[in-house]
Amino acid sequence: MGRYADNPAAIRALFRGNEVHRDVYVDQEIYRLEMRHLFANAWVFVGHESQTPNKGDYFSTQVGDQPVIQVRHSDGEVHVLHNRCPHKGTKIVIDRAGNTGKFFRCPYHAWSFKTDGCLLAIPLKKGYENTGFENSDSKKGMRAVGEVRNYRGFIFCRLAEIGISFEDFFGESLSSIDNMVDRSPAGRLEVAGPPLRYMHHCNWKMLVENQTDTCHPMVAHESSAGTAVKLWEELDMPEGTPLPPAMEIIAPFMSPYEFFENMGIRTWPNGHGHTGVHHSIHSNYSTIPGYMDKMVGAYGEEKAKAILDENRHNTVYFPNIMIKGPIQQLRVFIPLAADKTLVESYIYRLVDGPEQLTARTAMYNRMINAPTSIVGHDDLEMYERAQEGLQSDGMEWVNIQRLYEEDEDFSEEKVENGTTERQMRNQFDAWVKFMTCDMDDVREAAE
Amino acid sequence: MSVSRDQLIDFIYDEVRMLDEGRYDEWLALWLKDGHYWMPLDYNQTDPVNVTSLMYEDLFMLKLRVERLNGARTFSQKPKSRCHHVIQRPFVDEIDVAGGTYVTTTFMHYVETRLDEQFLLALTARHELALVDGKLRIANKRVDILNCDAAFRNIQLLP
Ligand code: FES
Ligand SMILES: [Fe+2]
Repeated sequence: MGRYADNPAAIRALFRGNEVHRDVYVDQEIYRLEMRHLFANAWVFVGHESQTPNKGDYFSTQVGDQPVIQVRHSDGEVHVLHNRCPHKGTKIVIDRAGNTGKFFRCPYHAWSFKTDGCLLAIPLKKGYENTGFENSDSKKGMRAVGEVRNYRGFIFCRLAEIGISFEDFFGESLSSIDNMVDRSPAGRLEVAGPPLRYMHHCNWKMLVENQTDTCHPMVAHESSAGTAVKLWEELDMPEGTPLPPAMEIIAPFMSPYEFFENMGIRTWPNGHGHTGVHHSIHSNYSTIPGYMDKMVGAYGEEKAKAILDENRHNTVYFPNIMIKGPIQQLRVFIPLAADKTLVESYIYRLVDGPEQLTARTAMYNRMINAPTSIVGHDDLEMYERAQEGLQSDGMEWVNIQRLYEEDEDFSEEKVENGTTERQMRNQFDAWVKFMTCDMDDVREAAE
Repeated sequence: MSVSRDQLIDFIYDEVRMLDEGRYDEWLALWLKDGHYWMPLDYNQTDPVNVTSLMYEDLFMLKLRVERLNGARTFSQKPKSRCHHVIQRPFVDEIDVAGGTYVTTTFMHYVETRLDEQFLLALTARHELALVDGKLRIANKRVDILNCDAAFRNIQLLP
């Protein structure tokens, strides 16, 4: 097809430790290979189990460029199926969510399938007798993805039949999901309403990298957060006036470099990492009356305190989600083309927790992540300018060198200065690994 | 003092004209202090607080939004966006002369443009108005976008 297919050496050459080649953001072939290799071999987020609470409930989305259905089967388990009829390819469902009852029925010729994908019935079945149909792939029904895992309510899948295990892929990084879920006294989250959907004309990786880019808020968000701080000061409120919730949310974006340096960044193997090791922009939110008591009741004093003292800012789960534990938020960056990405921002309710926390999270979501958000505007403008700027033949390499050390070892967990770009390098290390792990000559070399 | 149907309708026309002409300070002065501008994310959404909206802003946030539009480092407004509302004659839904409160519903098309791009939104705006010191003011405003659940790019100005 082009320069990069089945050419792991060429792919590896796109990342040279402290720089990445612009082709990873702009090249169409690289995008197609990301879908075929990276998104197939990594564990990718699908949805939350509370989006399909009852038997027959389904939710349609995509993993990489693959249309899939998350569905609750009659045995209560959540399955993830390719959204494609095994007859002639028709998408089985096109609405975003619903309940299909005991089976799916294709709207074209009425082949029907159990909610685990098995073929249930075909009209005029006789016509397939003595045709060898028994041995066809179509007879097996709707194809399931390679493997599915429900981790504390979050559904992940690996498209490839064989590959890295869920545990090996995520390792210690699951502590961020644990902390987000543990914030519910019942140890459970529930999705709260539909996600914000925000279209970005830029490469998906720019968004993922921005989640741990701590050198941009005080610059790019000066227009929104800086103006907010200025407006609040102009109101000249008496000393000690508590900040209104909107100011609590937006003011920390203007924290100085020092604040972000001291917050720390932790990286884990396979491209995962988080900002806010020691404190974060979420650390100083006011407490909600009665919440701590409920947590102590559920977990005991010591554990409750440990859970709430954790204030991780953004945790990136490679390749394409970010979660914010302290406000139960999840953002998924769905790649649509080399220069097109759909961002969906979800919020969750703490089961048995105070509804004021959901209100704060909803406010955060609309203030920061909506297409109408004054903060989101700042970021999108920068991504799209980067996407256009990378067309320039004046330079081919993108610099991710901040606090770079030679021979960085991404197979170990590390905590560093909060303004390091190590997490971006960590992501590219994983990117190369999963892009090339099933390319032909690699397999040959391994044999 | 009572307010005529025509005065209510003229008020809605004047408001969109202020927005289209970028007269934001005049527009902010139309609002009552504890008013909210709500733009739901979901069709027929009833809860603005515990689920996400596209916008649910009090006067402080609206002032911030307006101030930001004019900021020296508002990069997504360099160059600036422009907008244009085309409205139908508003329906006057409720008139409470004694209480001095009024409700109108207005169908409109909203166009926003920046650089080489232009997009169109079909809107239904519901205004809760109040007569205060002889002047009509906005107590609350709800704007429902027809395709509220679609994936938008930046919506920079005020539909
Ligand atoms: S395409 Fe689905 S039944 Fe024919
Ligand atoms: Fe940002």
